[in-house]
Amino acid sequence: MAKILVVTSGKGGVGKTTTSAAIGTGLALRGHKTVIVDFDVGLRNLDLIMGCERRVVYDFVNVVNGEATLTQALIKDKRLENLFVLAASQTRDKDALTVEGVEKVMKELSENFEYVVCDSPAGIEKGAHLAMYFADEAIVVTNPEVSSVRDSDRMLGLLASKSRRAEEGGDPIKEHLLLTRYNPERVTKGEMLGVDDVEEILAIRLIGVIPESQAVLKASNQGVPVILDDQSDAGQAYSDAVDRLLGKEVAHRFLDVQKKGFLQRLFGGRE
Amino acid sequence: MSQADLLDQAPVFQLKGSMLAITVMELAQYSIEQLDQQLAEKVAQAPNFFSNTPLILALDKLPESEEELDLAALMAVCRKHGLRTLAVRASNEAHIAAANALDLPVLPPSGARERVIDPTAGQAEKKPEKPPAPAEPEHKPTKIITSPVRGGQQVYAQGGDLIVLAAVSSGAELLADGNIHVYGPMRGRALAGVKGNLKARIFCKQLGAEMLSIAGHYKVAEDLRRDPLWGDAVHVCLSGELLNITRL
Repeated sequence: MAKILVVTSGKGGVGKTTTSAAIGTGLALRGHKTVIVDFDVGLRNLDLIMGCERRVVYDFVNVVNGEATLTQALIKDKRLENLFVLAASQTRDKDALTVEGVEKVMKELSENFEYVVCDSPAGIEKGAHLAMYFADEAIVVTNPEVSSVRDSDRMLGLLASKSRRAEEGGDPIKEHLLLTRYNPERVTKGEMLGVDDVEEILAIRLIGVIPESQAVLKASNQGVPVILDDQSDAGQAYSDAVDRLLGKEVAHRFLDVQKKGFLQRLFGGRE
Repeated sequence: MSQADLLDQAPVFQLKGSMLAITVMELAQYSIEQLDQQLAEKVAQAPNFFSNTPLILALDKLPESEEELDLAALMAVCRKHGLRTLAVRASNEAHIAAANALDLPVLPPSGARERVIDPTAGQAEKKPEKPPAPAEPEHKPTKIITSPVRGGQQVYAQGGDLIVLAAVSSGAELLADGNIHVYGPMRGRALAGVKGNLKARIFCKQLGAEMLSIAGHYKVAEDLRRDPLWGDAVHVCLSGELLNITRL
């Protein structure tokens, strides 16, 4: 049976899809057969970030409606042997998904994969609810600012009360906090919430801090998951997060302001 | 075998034991006229009580006398006032014979405790054919929450106290008819005594609440923040119409 992970946040634009792509790719890099499922029906993005947008024929809604089989709809990644993508439909909306339909697809994916990564849409409505409903673990993506933290808190409440595990009285969903777009310099200046503040408010296990990085935008535009850019700080931070997700103890990096070298200070160079 | 035969073999009855609360009328002396008169007075006080009420007529406390007891007449008086005699309780052989003559069941003298019924008392007494409801416990069990209460969640402890052993996020709401205790950081709203209990109190280990309210008297974060005890362990109670915040 596969482990079902949901990447969720409540708030939009915090980096859910970037994270889904990076974590899914990271798991596949470590030899786990992984599928990333885009639940954002109507606003599909995952295929772009994974760089497989030109190969989408059938999508999630087709499979839910029985218009295509999973084998037809799964898109195999060109870079990694054991990584697959199930794209969302661009022409439909979130009402096209049903609990029964999603359950059927999740069950079938569970039999063939080790990890199912569900990329949740923003919000707390139907799409987001279905994305987290069948999850075993959740990665809550949060930006270090108050509105994102508040939305994540709301989402954590829903994970604890509205998931299948909660409704059937099973073990609760394991929750992980992933802080993205973190800028230590702005934290020092007091313009951004620090890691400690967010951890204190949300009170769940921190799985990683992804620094704000040019590499993320570049990777998105190129359709390469940022975790494959192992020279970048964001790529390395995602890599650490995947290791922690798999139970490894890895010290957190990129939390402090990088001291600028003498020449950098002299010429006011920027990274 | 026809269907009718099959039906014949189906059990027609089932025996069940049951405890019923039944009114017992214990006669202290034998006087049909006085009984009639005194019953009439009782009926005037509590007409609801006397409407086809099942009754055990207890004759065992009657003083020994030579006078012969007219059981049929006694029952007629009872019936006139709405009491239906189910059986008699008797130890005297003459009384038992009289009951047998009327084909009325005879119960042995009671050793069990019995309470005196006042038919004019509360609702529960009005329907003695039903067993009286067990007394409501005075305190409902305290509701204890061990996982964080997140924004958008609402917890209500009806009829009792609420204890939260984890963080309460901003946007979360705690409600209780009794007291509220929060042993994690308290950043949400707490409303104690929501049904108007002025004596309800709120206890926080770390006051950071958006709002505190006791029986409808409240303070919002803007006022709470100015309090020197903001962030500390506090105890909140109502004095007059003002929330009083004191250090724990």
